[in-house]
Amino acid sequence: MDAVLSLTRSRPGAGRLVPLLLIAAALGFLLLFLLLPLAAVFVEALRKGLGTYTAALVHPEAIAAIKLTLLVAAIAVPLNTVFGVAAAWAMTRFAFRGKALLGALIDLPFSVSPVVSGLIYVLLFGAQGWFGPWLLEHDIKLIFAVPGLVLATIFVTLPFVARELIPLMQSQGSDEEEAARVLGAGGWQIFFRVTLPNIKWALLYGVLLCNARAMGEFGAVSVVSGHIRGLTNTLPLHVEILYNDYNYAGAFAVASLLAFLALITLGLKTFLEWRYGSELAAKAPRGH
Amino acid sequence: MFITLRQTLLGSLLWLGAIAAQAADPSLLNVSYDPTRELYKDVNAAFAAQWKADKGETVTINASHGGSGKQARSVIDGLEADVVTLALAYDIDAVAEKGLIAPDWQKRLPHNSTPYTSTIVFLVRKGNPKGIKDWNDLIKPGVEVITPNPKTSGGARWNYLAAWGYALKQPGGNEAKAKEFVAALFKNVPVLDTGARGSTTTFVQRGIGDVLLAWENEALLARQELGKDEFEIVVPSLSILAEPPVAVVDKVVDRRGTRAVAEAYLKFLYSPAAQDIAGRHYYRPYDAAAAAKYASVFTKVNTFTIDAEFGGWKKAQATHFADGGVFDQLGVGK
Repeated sequence: MDAVLSLTRSRPGAGRLVPLLLIAAALGFLLLFLLLPLAAVFVEALRKGLGTYTAALVHPEAIAAIKLTLLVAAIAVPLNTVFGVAAAWAMTRFAFRGKALLGALIDLPFSVSPVVSGLIYVLLFGAQGWFGPWLLEHDIKLIFAVPGLVLATIFVTLPFVARELIPLMQSQGSDEEEAARVLGAGGWQIFFRVTLPNIKWALLYGVLLCNARAMGEFGAVSVVSGHIRGLTNTLPLHVEILYNDYNYAGAFAVASLLAFLALITLGLKTFLEWRYGSELAAKAPRGH
Repeated sequence: MFITLRQTLLGSLLWLGAIAAQAADPSLLNVSYDPTRELYKDVNAAFAAQWKADKGETVTINASHGGSGKQARSVIDGLEADVVTLALAYDIDAVAEKGLIAPDWQKRLPHNSTPYTSTIVFLVRKGNPKGIKDWNDLIKPGVEVITPNPKTSGGARWNYLAAWGYALKQPGGNEAKAKEFVAALFKNVPVLDTGARGSTTTFVQRGIGDVLLAWENEALLARQELGKDEFEIVVPSLSILAEPPVAVVDKVVDRRGTRAVAEAYLKFLYSPAAQDIAGRHYYRPYDAAAAAKYASVFTKVNTFTIDAEFGGWKKAQATHFADGGVFDQLGVGK
């Protein structure tokens, strides 16, 4: 800061002032809209002391919500990782009819409101939905149970991995894979020895974002949850319930868990960008 | 490979077996409306203790809370409720119309299947700065009224009908004047939440509005939880007798084999023990002993009933809250 100030002092003028103002505006904005709410979460969570804080986190319903959130993410994230890699591979390595359509479909969950994403599943699998009577007859519960939460989460987090990989794989091109093929490598060999090492950091980045969204999703899971305490409430839903129970300290305590998750995600993301920036950026030149 | 597969299968079977073993101890899902969270937490514990003493089984009672209309919709869409304890009879009728509950459900338990009652009162800020005493103070310019959305919330429908009934019963009151009155009231509503609890937090926590139209139990609880010194309860000259009924969801209990425990659970609501819990949570109990014990909590309110003034919930729902009904004609939010 001192250095910046001394610089401006030594060479005064509008040319230096404008960037400074812009930096100040950006920092002020960040402080007001990101850091302040984040700080508020922790302050509110600890308002009634550490005892209340930990009590809210080890409450059976909170534990159940944590377990459920982890379970949902543990199913949705790997599935979307496999899908994302397959979709990116298909989109960037092959020319086929309907490629543009596939691209648009991958983006669909981004453009649809999460509430609608949830409602789609109620309309399909709810008791009055298209497949509802059949599911009821066979005693299969999808909506208002864990499978519904998983389905809704998969839907909203579907684009993350694919969207991270497609630009990178496009800019990388298929030269190395073709070379491997010429040298006699099989399909899986090419994938594991050439493609995967080339995309691994971008893949990790996509998985990270996918996981953050899977654990934090509220709208879509709210519609299909049924809000049964201790059974179908994920962490974000549990926060809402506690807040409405007049248990504000508890609500913010659980919210601080989600904030921690965000901070960890942010930290890992920054680390990846710093360490492997050139391999993440789609258009960066490939060092050889 | 094959061993792993077989192990996996075996594991799955054991897991299924574990689930089957758990099924021996019954569980119930009570799908309820918004403000009953605290009430049923205590009722469930008391019932589980009694069931354990009587039958030796550990019964788990799960709870789901939300706006009454929304909860009914979820049950219709497949939320597997063994019992519904909703804000008003029409929401249970809606579930019954889909064939999940027998049409005569309201005759199966005493008092029209209503174990406790409540009414609609006003919650105002300390010192009642806007001087709100009765319904006609709510339509004055500059008074902000907080109520949930009658489309999704049961409490909001009671609020609306209480206001309507008040206007109707004023000297020279008629349907047209009542409609005008309620339209003026909703013009003063800045936020429509989906459930009663959402409205309470809007008023109490977010500090929006001058007066909250609330269930009496919700107003008393909010005052108790969030500051006796910050809020005052105003009882209007006339209000509605709010009857939140209960029913066993026949289709679900027959499929899950939980009819006996579900029916016992609802009967338990009428027992002296549960009536006492209801009184403690600011619901007006029917049981004489409980009513006497908590008499000092409740102010005497002049009430009318939905059956007498509106010809029952089915008619009131069709006239006022159905798509294109009177509430839609008020143009709220436009």
